[in-house]
This record gives sequence, C-alpha cells and structure tokens, in this order.
Amino acid sequence: MKRERNKMEKKDNILILAIETSCDETAAAVTQNGRTVLSNVISSQIELHKLYGGVVPEIASRKHIEKINQVIEEALREADKTLEDMDAIAVTYGPGLVGALLVGVAEAKAISFGAKKPLIGVHHIEGHISANYIENPDLEPPFLCLVVSGGHTHLVKVNDYGSYEILGRTRDDAAGEAFDKVARAIGLGYPGGPKIEKLAKEGNPMAIAFPRAKVADGPYDFSFSGVKSAVINYLNGCKMKGEPVVAADIAASFQNAVIQVLIEHAMMAVEEFGLDKFAIAGGVASNGTLREGMRRACEEKGVRFYHPSPILCTDNAAMIGTAAYYEYLAGTRHGWNLNAVPNLKLGQR
Amino acid sequence: MKILGLDSSGLVASVAVVEDDNLLAEYTVNYKKTHSQTLLPMLDEIAKMIELDLQTIDAIAVAKGPGSFTGLRIGSATAKGLGLALDKPLISIPTVDGIAYNLCGSGNLVCPLMDARRNQTYTGLYEFCGKSMEALVSQCAVGIEEIITIVNTFERETIFLGDGVPVFRDYIETHCQVPFWFAPAHLNKQRASAVAVLGQQYYASGKVETAAAHRPDYLRLSQAEREQLEKQRQAEKGTSL
Repeated sequence: MKRERNKMEKKDNILILAIETSCDETAAAVTQNGRTVLSNVISSQIELHKLYGGVVPEIASRKHIEKINQVIEEALREADKTLEDMDAIAVTYGPGLVGALLVGVAEAKAISFGAKKPLIGVHHIEGHISANYIENPDLEPPFLCLVVSGGHTHLVKVNDYGSYEILGRTRDDAAGEAFDKVARAIGLGYPGGPKIEKLAKEGNPMAIAFPRAKVADGPYDFSFSGVKSAVINYLNGCKMKGEPVVAADIAASFQNAVIQVLIEHAMMAVEEFGLDKFAIAGGVASNGTLREGMRRACEEKGVRFYHPSPILCTDNAAMIGTAAYYEYLAGTRHGWNLNAVPNLKLGQR
Repeated sequence: MKILGLDSSGLVASVAVVEDDNLLAEYTVNYKKTHSQTLLPMLDEIAKMIELDLQTIDAIAVAKGPGSFTGLRIGSATAKGLGLALDKPLISIPTVDGIAYNLCGSGNLVCPLMDARRNQTYTGLYEFCGKSMEALVSQCAVGIEEIITIVNTFERETIFLGDGVPVFRDYIETHCQVPFWFAPAHLNKQRASAVAVLGQQYYASGKVETAAAHRPDYLRLSQAEREQLEKQRQAEKGTSL
C-alpha cells in the first residue's frame, strides 16, 4: 500500500463502489463524495444461518460467492452508474471471517484490475464508525464512538478521519454475542439481539440484579461473559428450585445490565476527554433501549448524540464506501496482493 | 480465440493465456503463500509481459472444483470479478479434468488423484483419442480403494498424477494390479494452460456461463450441512421405529 496524497487529481464528484462480505451479509454500494449513498444493496443470509443457531463460516462463504456479482450489479444499476464511472473500488479486508472476507477481497481486486480502478482496503470497524457520517452532514472528528455488534465492542476516540484511538474493548464476548447466547439460553433462537429487545419490553429491567463486570486494569474495557454466565446460573437455579422463569424479566434485566455498562463507560470517556460529540455504531446500535439510554445520558451532559439508521447499523457496504472516501482523499491505495486479515487492528495499515 | 485460464484449487496457483494454438504465457507457483496474495499479482505480471489488452480476451476459464474450498473461491471470485469488469463470459472446468488434460495424447489411462482429506480423493479416470478426452469415470470424491478397484477392472496401463500421489503412493503400489507409473513434475499438478485449452473446447461448443451465474462445485457439503443432514436422518430413523 502506498499513499500518494500529492499526485491526486482534483475532481468534484468522487464515486466509489464498495463491497462488504466480512460476515453473513453480501453487500455492495455506490457512494458519492463519501456521505451521499447512491445505492446500498444488502443480501442477508440470516434465514439460512438460523437453522444452525448462528453464522456458519463455510456456508457464509459459499453464499457470498453465489450472490456477489448480482449484488454488485444491482448496486451499480440502482445508482444508475457504470463501473467506468467509478473512481475507486473499496472492500472490507478485515476484521471478520477469513473465508467470507476473501470472497469480497478477491472479487474487488479482480474488478479493480479489470476496470483499471484504484483499490482501497477498508477496516470493517472504520466502516461502522463512518456510517454515522452518512445521515449527519455536520458530524466531523473529533468525537467518541461506541461500536457494538455481534463481533465487536469497542469504545473509540476518533481523532481525525482514519485516525483512531481505542479506549476500551471487550475482554471476552462482544455485546451482541452475549445477546445471542442469552437468547439461546432462554429459548428465543438466533439472532438474539432483536428478540431480546422485543421480549424485554414486556419485562421488568430491575427484576433480577445481574452483575455489571468491571475490568480491573482497564477502566474502559468490557466483559460480558460474566453477565451471560449469571443468566445461565439464574436459569439453572430456578430449574433446581422449581421456580417459574419469567423470560421477559430475564431479557429486560440482562439487557439493562449490558446497556448500563455501555452507557457508564461511554459517559466516563465523555468526561475524561471533554468531547462534545458521541456516536454509536454496529448492529447492536439499532437497539432502541440502548439508543434511548445513550440519548438521555448525552443530553444530561450536554453532548450531541449521533446514531445511524438501523439499515446503516447492520453490516452494509455504504459505510465501507464512506470510510473509503476519506482513505481515498488521504491517498490510500492497495496493491494486487491485498489479503484478508481476519484480526485486523483498527488504525493498522 | 483468446482464453484466460485460472486454477487455484489446490496448493498450486496458476494463470495462463492461450490464444488459438499458442500458449502466450503461463505462470505457475507451487509454494505455501496464500493464493489471495499470489493469483492476481501473477496475472498482472504476465499481462504486462505479453502486453495483454484484457478486452481482447474472449472468455475466462476457471477450475470450478473440487479442491480446497477457500482456494476455489479465490479463483472463482477472481474470475467473476474479471468477468464483471470486462463483461466477458466464464467457463467452468472440472478441476480433475484439467489435471488429466496435462497428459493429453497419452495412450494410457489417466487417473488424477487429489488429496481430499477425510480418507478420500477427488479423482476420475480418463482416456484420450487424439486431442479429445473422454471421462470413463467423471470427477468424484471417493475412497482410494474404490478408484483403484475401478482402475484394476480396466486392465490397462495407467498414469497417476496430482497432489494425492504422495498421500496414496503406498496404497497404489500394494493394490494396483495393472501396470502404472506416476507423471513427472512438469505435468503432475494443476496447470492453468490445460484449463485454458479445455476452455477453448468448451467455448467452441457454447459451454459458457455468465460471471454472475458461475459458482464453484465443491463436490461436498460443508461440515455443518453434513451434520445437519445426519441429525435429520437420525431423527427420521427414530420416528420410523
């Protein structure tokens, strides 16, 4: 990869075709100047993976290769653009499932090689953070961002476009993963997030005091395996004592325990770094209770709160195109040897 | 007619450009580096060497499988991306056919053996009539015992090749009852030139597909699907009792 900031020609409208296949959504989008989304096509495999109670990597990879060209062609068609119109091809190259990432990476490389367009590899989390730019034209770094999804829980200080400082991360399960595991334990099935949220509406969030784990040597780090285990222990306890289980109360109390920790850490960072903008991103960011809690906490502190629409919280390629635009401006170009990096670190280049 | 050939089904990564009766370029690497890092740089290299205008390619032929699941998808995604960008059709070549075609013109039977793990080999059995190849056994995933039993029934001299040879050599030497030998190093693995030449034949007979429609042919379900099927079978057995 090389940066060629000075060699770049000035152009008014930068069009980027972005591809995302890091998990179980095959997605392609066309963005204009980063923040304008001309198309955002997502082919979800979720129904398929429900059968297995979670994402099966090999099946995800197989579905990506079957769908990818149709998804890309649809993204171009919806945007009413041709490949020739594009200024760059962007693709998620990590983190994620390696086999799934490889489909998008190999496809994007071949397209940019064939169409003679620059190639830009994008970090998946950078994409999620950038999703906030799409609907919030006023949002500019610096700001704080909490990225919460099935695979990630990161509290990030966005210093500038492409410049990140990770304040805290999960030491074990991602927040969304804990939702999935608890949902399975109380018999709700996969995916757990939306199901827990729905059931929690009928329950009492104060009914059961599940632990809110602190990580001793990392004030901003998270740990969700404890609360997940506490739910399972609670269920076993009820079973042994022959007490009835109120699933709605469990869902509400568990969700509350997770959300309170997320909010506490977020607000601690807001205080410490004195930033007046706070954003959330990732699949769990579409959880209404989390949004409402964050909005209120931010309001109390006089901090502006940002969140993407649900369609931009889930894995999508528009957010990759947005992140890629700022990489494009910074001169980031990848070579034909670009590989998938399943554990790619944020800010790593 | 100009065909681009790709094969990344096994340990070998190979790209080739064949135009009519000429192999313009071929680049084959059998080294541990991942195909994701090698395949496209190799294509870029030969394209520069032969000043290839990609638009002059008529079709892209790719080894469709069987093989390493990830390797197949890297080849397929590369072919699909090129097909999409260049608006060219794809040609899906069975991997085992491609390996066998290395020995085009042989008067003996040809039996490629790929190491398929799980006590199986991806194999087939072929004979040549001049340049045309006929599959006596189409590519399949079977145990080595099964294919050697079939080879024995033909009672003809047989050439074995493929990355399964070192894995199954002992078995072949003790159980193969027909005269046999192993193909030499320059012919015994996947080569994109063979994929491209078979591609010419497919193209001439109209066996092409769109880049969107192409998908690998794994010859095998994923582990999760196998386990799911097994569970269903057990459940059905349970209810029928």
